[in-house]
Amino acid sequence: MSQEIIGPGHTYATVTDKISSIVLTRKTSLGWLAAFGIAFMFVMLLFYAVTYLFVEGIGIWGVNVPVAWGFAIINFVWWIGIGHAGTLISAILLLLRQEWRTSINRFAEAMTLFAVACAGLFPILHLGRPWFAYWLIPYPSTMDIWPQFRSPLVWDVFAVSTYATVSLLFWYVGLIPDLATLRDRSSSRFGRVVYGILAMGWRGSAIHWYRYDTAYLLLAGLATPLVVSVHTVVSFDFAISILPGWHTTIFPPYFVAGAIYSGFAMVMVLSIPIRAVYGLEDFITLRHLQNMAKVMLATGLIVAYGYLMENFMSWYGAVQYDRFTTLNRWIGPYAPVYWALIVFNVLIPQVLWFKRVRTNVMSLWLVAMAVNIGMWLERFVIVITSLHRDYLPSSWSMYYPTVWDWATYAGTIGLFLALLFLFLRFLPMISIFEMRTLVPKSEAE
Amino acid sequence: MSTEAPIYGLLAEFETPEELVEAVRRARGAGYRKMDAYTPFPIDGLAEELGFHENRLPLVVLIGGLVGCAGGFLLQYWISAIDYPLNIGGRPLNSWPAFIPVTFELTILVAALSAVLGMLGLNGLPMPYHPLFNSPRFALASRNRFFLCIEAADRRFNRESTANFLSELKPKGISEVSSA
Repeated sequence: MSQEIIGPGHTYATVTDKISSIVLTRKTSLGWLAAFGIAFMFVMLLFYAVTYLFVEGIGIWGVNVPVAWGFAIINFVWWIGIGHAGTLISAILLLLRQEWRTSINRFAEAMTLFAVACAGLFPILHLGRPWFAYWLIPYPSTMDIWPQFRSPLVWDVFAVSTYATVSLLFWYVGLIPDLATLRDRSSSRFGRVVYGILAMGWRGSAIHWYRYDTAYLLLAGLATPLVVSVHTVVSFDFAISILPGWHTTIFPPYFVAGAIYSGFAMVMVLSIPIRAVYGLEDFITLRHLQNMAKVMLATGLIVAYGYLMENFMSWYGAVQYDRFTTLNRWIGPYAPVYWALIVFNVLIPQVLWFKRVRTNVMSLWLVAMAVNIGMWLERFVIVITSLHRDYLPSSWSMYYPTVWDWATYAGTIGLFLALLFLFLRFLPMISIFEMRTLVPKSEAE
Repeated sequence: MSTEAPIYGLLAEFETPEELVEAVRRARGAGYRKMDAYTPFPIDGLAEELGFHENRLPLVVLIGGLVGCAGGFLLQYWISAIDYPLNIGGRPLNSWPAFIPVTFELTILVAALSAVLGMLGLNGLPMPYHPLFNSPRFALASRNRFFLCIEAADRRFNRESTANFLSELKPKGISEVSSA
């Protein structure tokens, strides 16, 4: 039973009805309202923190020379990394013909979109004069100046905006046939009109399906190198600089692996409660959770190898500044953060080697939560420890986040969850048409 | 059957994809050409059974990707080497390795946009109104039923004989689709 990717006894009709009824049911449950309300309060906190930031400037944050990159960059990298699992699940696993991806891909793609939305806020807020963010776009301005295309920060603008756009397209194309299902099954006129407009008149013609499959496959093929490039470019923000601890060639692969690692952890953290609340154990089975746990274990080991090589290279490279940065991470003022990162990201996930852990929903959730915390700590270590003690001891200093740093961070978590709750309420969280293809032939009808 | 109002076509409803594929094959054999099948999920080989072979979408995406690639590189080259050259220690103005990331991203962006817009455009979507939506049974095409519609525009179409032909395929039901 645990090896199935869809529960027994399902037909085309039951799969359709089960998933669409979550959206089409008239009554909004009190639990949803409460959860959305709490998330919405954090969205208000975000607005408050951002408004105060715009009024006062980034002096309200803990950043100062030499640590000019604080929470904003940590959170940017953390959020964008979380997004990567969505694209990985929907694109790479599609190309690899992993059928088990079907019930989690829609949900993971939505997670990607919302995570990228949260990530995209931070670099803009971090600009100091965020109202000039549009200067990053190459347009013929009256000032007669252009962006500097040799800077990784400009690459980042293109990478993240392309990533957001392609993720949105991929998600929307996947939704079109399901929006048609909702249009046809909605009992209210309002629902029929709204879902009808969004479905664009999809009628399931065989010829349309043929082109649709081609487009979907091509999008997957395009998104696969894209997802690798995005976190590579993010890592260039660090690796292209000459700062000890940042200037290493291992950054791109190690960032990409870390992104997938944290993304799968986030999918796990979200899908475990959701499948319980909405009774979707038939569609998101233990096999899905086990497979995700294995991906986490594999990418976690790549990340651990990255830590190991970072340390090895700082010794083997025989550059005194690199050696100092490593020692400073081990025993310097931020050492507790470094060792917490090792515990959360390297040691705790090793329990996933045991099948007993992989088949226990509660322990999986706890491990995934540990990885999410660990990956955030990793970005803290990378950003802060390299900056706070660089080449010139006279400029050394400490970085302490302020209440506004925390408020903005908590606010984006609220924004992420609020968007996610809206998605769960108004759109099918599992791809209905792809689930139909998983219905065993004998059970079809 | 009334013969007054013009109709869009005759719609036969099937319960399994196999029955539909078989029905399409026999309709092709009987000489019908203007028809289409409607299914709740993609079925391998169905479009080929309907006589659909051309697929221009990959070409559209290739062209989109090439446009994005060339446009992205030329944008950076023109800005950095021609319109706004910055002499920094005599380093080359056309520093092409630094232009690769943005060139790559724009290749993907334009190719992906072409894939989606090309798919929608070739499919003639968005098309919010279509005669098939007049048929009350057709809502099931997005749930669990498989439909074959032989259109009145077909050369061999005749209300009586086509209806007789469809009933030989043992569908679950046949209905007329009004054209207005």
